[in-house]
Amino acid sequence: MTAKTSYLTSTIGQKQVVALSGLSLSLFVLAHMMGNLLIFVSPQAYNMYGHALVSTPLIYVAEAGLVLFFALHVFLAIRLTWLNRGARPQAYAVSAKGEKATHFVQKTLLAQGLVILVFVILHLITFKYGKVYWVTYDGVTVRDLHRLIIEVFSQPGYLTWYLVALVVLGLHLSHGVSSALQTFGAAHPQLTPLLKKIGLGYALIVSLGFISLPIYVYFIY
Amino acid sequence: MAGTTGKTLNLKLRIWRQSGPDKEGSFVDYEAKNISTDASFLEMLDVINVELVKKGEDPIEFDHDCREGICGSCSMVINGSPHGPDRGTATCQLHMRRFQDGQTVVVEPFRAKAFPLVKDLAVDRSSFDRIIQSGGYISVNTGNAPDANSLPVPKENADMAFAAATCIGCGACVAACKNASASLFVSAKLAHLALLPQGQAERDQRTLKMVAQMDEEGFGACTNTGACSAACPKEISLENIARMNRDYAKATLKDRKTSV
Ligand code: HEM
Ligand code: FES
Repeated sequence: MTAKTSYLTSTIGQKQVVALSGLSLSLFVLAHMMGNLLIFVSPQAYNMYGHALVSTPLIYVAEAGLVLFFALHVFLAIRLTWLNRGARPQAYAVSAKGEKATHFVQKTLLAQGLVILVFVILHLITFKYGKVYWVTYDGVTVRDLHRLIIEVFSQPGYLTWYLVALVVLGLHLSHGVSSALQTFGAAHPQLTPLLKKIGLGYALIVSLGFISLPIYVYFIY
Repeated sequence: MAGTTGKTLNLKLRIWRQSGPDKEGSFVDYEAKNISTDASFLEMLDVINVELVKKGEDPIEFDHDCREGICGSCSMVINGSPHGPDRGTATCQLHMRRFQDGQTVVVEPFRAKAFPLVKDLAVDRSSFDRIIQSGGYISVNTGNAPDANSLPVPKENADMAFAAATCIGCGACVAACKNASASLFVSAKLAHLALLPQGQAERDQRTLKMVAQMDEEGFGACTNTGACSAACPKEISLENIARMNRDYAKATLKDRKTSV
């Protein structure tokens, strides 16, 4: 084995791949959230945006990248969590309280991830591979995703599940974004506390931004 | 006695007893009566042990040496926290005034696959020694102490190296971490050399070897929870783990060997 091959089996190397894929996915969810906000402009703006995305050949590159990052993230995160559990075969009878305690968000990263995984699969089934309606704007016929969204989020069951999943995503990011920077080696006595706040803000913006759409559809539209 | 408050308290103790590595262990309840609030946690255990010996029972095994917070021997988890509730404090420096009269105190050994249990509260931390042996030193002859300022070291680096070098290798970081990761320990032992000129020649190889040994010993990975630093009696900073992470990536890229 050379240093390069052992990197991929080392705890630090694997964690850096989790961090790289996690940060890439974090950028993706921010972009996705901002795209969703077009619903507040008009149904046409929303549908034309979706159409523009699927009309460029670059979409295949982007999708392949996303699938790759997602798969790597899930695989390595599960593998590391497994290894971590094995490193403490016998649990403590009492868990720490106060300053020396570990935050519950950090203890439940895998559970959050599994909720996100289930969510993503169902989400793709509902929308990407879901019912197809068409609409024509100025002679251009495009997929009427807006109609599907209204149909889906008028159902209280969908609404609730989306809210839960998006809060969980927010929790995941609230730890993940700043944690990934530390994993790469960025730490500084003044900048790190600031980056932690930025990470929390990032999580809040992504989570609330996503949540605004189903809430708007259910309660206001 | 001069300097004592003369106050005492009673505690209900639940202590992990296990007669050997392969034996079944369990919690045993003890009453600690009339313990001076000026006593340290270890002195309180001494009192219990004297009672046990008088009764012809096996005393509670625990590691200790300096009892002044510098050797890192005193390993135990008190009510879920390594070294007890206070920050920057080793168990030997934890005083009984920190507890309330009548309180229940649960004492467990450090739990980690890489720290196999020896007896009761004592665990085998030689995995730490093997990590140091894998590269945590400078192998050239450094000669006599150089003349002052003949080898310039920026003040900040000297301070950071010194702060990292205060690690007493107690293992509380491992005990506190939900993953039983040794990242804080290993990163401190890398940092105190990586920040100084004498440590540069072997910096990359040292990082690769010590990280490999850390993984080999069966410690977990780092989730960046910070529980290690919170439990550390020397309050070693998480910045060291960040430095280890980037040094490890850099050393991996720079390495030219065809096998390690
Ligand atoms: C949009 C989806 C996701 C995003 C944006 C995301 C983002 C992140 C980020 C940024 C980190 C921090 C990496 C680090 O600390 O260096 C992380 C950690 C983690 N992720 Fe995700 N993640 C996503 C989905 C998932 C899924 C589906 C799983 C499922 C198994 C998962 C499981 C984990 C786990 C277990 C960790 C912690 C690993 C550790 O112990 O340090 N994540 N995630
Ligand atoms: S006995 Fe030496 S540090 Fe506690």
